Amino acid sequence: MSAGSRQADLQTPLKRVRGWGSSKSGTHHFIVQRITAVALIPLVIWFVWFVIGLSHADYANARQMLHQPIQALLMIVFVASAFWHAQLGLQVVIEDYVHTRWLELTSQLLVKFLCVLGALASIMAVVKVALA
Amino acid sequence: MDNTATPVVQHTERPLSPHLGIYKWQLTMTLSILHRATGIALAVGTILLAWLLIALAAGADSYRTIHMFCISPVGLFLLAGWTWALFFHLCNGIRHLVWDVGWGFEIPRAYATGWTVVVASFVLTIAVWMLALSGGAA
Repeated sequence: MSAGSRQADLQTPLKRVRGWGSSKSGTHHFIVQRITAVALIPLVIWFVWFVIGLSHADYANARQMLHQPIQALLMIVFVASAFWHAQLGLQVVIEDYVHTRWLELTSQLLVKFLCVLGALASIMAVVKVALA
Repeated sequence: MDNTATPVVQHTERPLSPHLGIYKWQLTMTLSILHRATGIALAVGTILLAWLLIALAAGADSYRTIHMFCISPVGLFLLAGWTWALFFHLCNGIRHLVWDVGWGFEIPRAYATGWTVVVASFVLTIAVWMLALSGGAA
């Protein structure tokens, strides 16, 4: 690209950098990653306690555990936070290491779709058990 | 002349920042790498979580399938790995959040908190498995 063609665009340097890199939405990503991280500290502790309970439970007991409204609610909040946090983290990993444009775009979309799908499927399952 | 080749040549002639290969091993960089690695592993682990919840909703047969997988050698190995990954990512994540508020950047403190994270992740993993296995029929 030559200087001449840039001038022909009639774009200021500011116009060219807007919408790229850190001027896009980096701070928002950073903040949401931290919010989900903070939320996940107590939620992970609850989740570990819940899974230890599951390890001692048969099928009926396991369903009964998740049937309690408080447990179901915490599981939904945990699942939503975990998948959200995972998507944000994987996004950064892909941005850092995948430099082939089509592959980067494809994997970013795939991760987003799978995280939304996984979160919604999990939440549906919890609701089904909770309302049964 | 091939136009697309020009920018590539310009890129490679730029000075590169030093990469992993020339550093000596340090705890801090190992923990940084492990934070990413455990994060990726845990993201994969959410598939098992979704499977577990769906199986619980689907019925006793589905639940038996995932239960058999979890108590198989491969399942137990993966669960043990995910337990440690979860605790490491949790502890080191708290370390990162503490850095975010501006505390603990001094080198000795970064090492002290780093070793604390390593020890805590293993202690918590062992404690959880002792609790899970102590109840008898899993």
